[in-house]
Amino acid sequence: MNKEALIVSEASMHTDTMFLNMGPQHPSTHGVLRLGLTVSGEVIAKAVPDVGYLHRGIEKLMETRTYNQGVVLADRLDYCSAMPNGLAICLAAEKLMAVTAPPRAQALRVLMCELNRIASHLIFMGTYGIDIGALTPFLYAFREREMILDLFEMCCGGRLTYNYMRLGGVSNDIDDNWIAKCREFLEFFKPRVDEYDTLLSFNPIFRSRTQDVGLISAQTAKAWGLSGPNLRGSGVNYDVRKSDPYCGYDRFDFNVPLGQTGSCWDRYYCRVQEMRQSVRIIEAALADIPAGEIMAKGLAKIPKPPAGEAYAHVEASRGDLGVFLASDGNAAPYRLHLRAPCFINLAVLQEILVGNKVADVVAILGSFDIVLGEVDR
Amino acid sequence: MNEQQPHLPLDGGASKPKPETAKPAAAAKASLPKPVLNHRSGKLLIGTRYWPTEVWKSPWSLPRYRAGALWLAGIILGIIGIGAAVGELAAWGDKLLVLMPKLGLPALAVAWIWVLIKLGCVIGVIVANGLWAVWWERKISAHIQSRFGPMYAGGFHGWAQTIFDTIKLLLKEDITPASADRVIHTLAPVITIAPCVMAFAPVLFGKELAAAKIDVGVLYIFAFAGISVIGIVMAGWASGNKYSLLGGLRAAAQMVSYELPRGFSVVPVIMFAGSLDLAVIDAAQAGYWFGFIPRWFVFYPVVGQIAFLFFLIASVAETNRTPFDIPEAESELVAGFHTEFSGMKWSMFFLTEYGYVLLSSFLLATFFLGGGAPLLPALKFIPSWIWMTGKAMSMMFVFLWFRWTFPRLRVDQLMDFNWKFLLPWSFANIALAGVVVWWGLK
Repeated sequence: MNKEALIVSEASMHTDTMFLNMGPQHPSTHGVLRLGLTVSGEVIAKAVPDVGYLHRGIEKLMETRTYNQGVVLADRLDYCSAMPNGLAICLAAEKLMAVTAPPRAQALRVLMCELNRIASHLIFMGTYGIDIGALTPFLYAFREREMILDLFEMCCGGRLTYNYMRLGGVSNDIDDNWIAKCREFLEFFKPRVDEYDTLLSFNPIFRSRTQDVGLISAQTAKAWGLSGPNLRGSGVNYDVRKSDPYCGYDRFDFNVPLGQTGSCWDRYYCRVQEMRQSVRIIEAALADIPAGEIMAKGLAKIPKPPAGEAYAHVEASRGDLGVFLASDGNAAPYRLHLRAPCFINLAVLQEILVGNKVADVVAILGSFDIVLGEVDR
Repeated sequence: MNEQQPHLPLDGGASKPKPETAKPAAAAKASLPKPVLNHRSGKLLIGTRYWPTEVWKSPWSLPRYRAGALWLAGIILGIIGIGAAVGELAAWGDKLLVLMPKLGLPALAVAWIWVLIKLGCVIGVIVANGLWAVWWERKISAHIQSRFGPMYAGGFHGWAQTIFDTIKLLLKEDITPASADRVIHTLAPVITIAPCVMAFAPVLFGKELAAAKIDVGVLYIFAFAGISVIGIVMAGWASGNKYSLLGGLRAAAQMVSYELPRGFSVVPVIMFAGSLDLAVIDAAQAGYWFGFIPRWFVFYPVVGQIAFLFFLIASVAETNRTPFDIPEAESELVAGFHTEFSGMKWSMFFLTEYGYVLLSSFLLATFFLGGGAPLLPALKFIPSWIWMTGKAMSMMFVFLWFRWTFPRLRVDQLMDFNWKFLLPWSFANIALAGVVVWWGLK
């Protein structure tokens, strides 16, 4: 009897891989990201992220415009949290000109950046729920985000791109009415975060989908240069607000939430906890806003920083956003380079996607919270 | 609106600002939220928009909430009243069957007309259910998500929305992709929906109210409901799209797997009733313990509840709905097996999905919730078809509720849950049912 013929081995079965083109038009690539996936059945054998579909040449455009006009463009980078983008440009230019914003402007900057962090993390939470298949948290998140946008609209008139940060200060002041509305929002928002925990964060199905998926060790996270909640989800304690405080962040008492294993759920929950910490910062900031001017005195309408180089970075909602400026003394920067956290966070995908299922690709990609406006610039 | 003056008047200060006097009208409007103006532009900002903080303080003080509750109570009472006035539908059918030969129709014509009437009723139920369920799902999802859902089409709470949607779907261009297998692509929706319609033949809509009296009704329904998966695999295969292919294969794996626990979870019911005939299962649940606890199978200690839950879970999986909607997982596979379908072909898949939800709801009502039996002896004046439909609709609500609450499982977790949990425990439940029957608890 020919026993050999009865043995079914991996080698005797002919299997083939399939190339699956995920994106640039796909419901859950969060924009126009393209992932070239080589799948064997439903398991990923190779993943190649392909970026550049939204490239607008923002860095180059900024080099032909004045610094305050650059802030307008910076709002279009990470459009889900536009406040810190403008801030990074302003901080770099202020460093170059040796100007500091008045204390009230600094407090307002902190206030707006933290509100925007909550708004941005709400978008993340909602869209991540949709990625995993829970459609309802999205609407709840947008309901709360709408209130933050109303606050922004009350203050500066913009709802998505604010053009709020100015070289040497901010564009608009707030009044008591605004502060009362902001307090009303915070009181409404605090119990809602606990609600999200019961609806989504600790849902057994949600946890089983995200708990042991997309693990990134602290070593890998550091090696690939991750930043923001993606890095902190792996347990690395790095937050620009703590390590290199700007705008008086050292005045505030807040914790940096850290994950343990670097799974999708850790990255997700880091953001949920950050919303709670942001509420703390906003409450403290609202409690004592220094009186005074919101713009530094003695600045030209079109500032021309002296020739030189400067680098400033802020903790944007998605990570460490850095701006390198080189000035030759003109009204426009000679060279402007952005260290975009989303773009750098994206690179680790090709390493951690392999071996996961197609459904996990969505879970992992979603947990990075990318915004393609910043990836492609 | 003029309570707060903007810092800069819009006309550049040409007009004199009004003197700020306390107006009595403003005091009367104190309960309304204060309008908020942008302090620079003077534009009215959120005075016209309500924040949830303002609405949520006491929702019942809003006239809208109270009116809504009254409408709902009125509609339910109206349906019960109409039902009580009409009485049993099966009796009207019998009258019609007696009337037709009296009008001089030959026996063969009577038989054919009778079959056509029943066929029309079943297809009508499935199509009307599609219209109703889509509207209801949109309403339920909207209210879960603090929205309103359709509000305009037709006037009252957007009741005509799905009718207009259907007209749109009928008028849409029917696109077959160039890489698709044209014949199979066209055949797939037909093969999916035909078994769904046929599976409704023995389904009880009330006491003795079924299109066909089949004494192996349970087997018949499960057999036909299992055929639809072929259509779905065909749709996935013939679309010429990799996402569709993955969706079709996932559907095959899922639906074939979940048929087992679904079938086995009904075995205790069959053991209690001693028959595969739906009418007998329905009749077996009549009566009350101690005069007020209905003898429904779901109230049988432990066995009934386990069987009910397993059948519910397996039914959700069989109908490809969240948390088991991996064949059409829109965030992963775009739309799964029906990505490449449009117009009426696409809506046939949806009609099938909602048809199976309705089928599962009626089966849940028949197997576990006593069918047409009233909840309390005092409520006997409400006819059985109202009870049956009401129970089925409450089960359908559970299906819709699941969809808007749960995330989606992953393929391997789905299979693990089926083969490692549902199936073994449904076997254990059959053994437990055997003990119950042996002790004569029934």
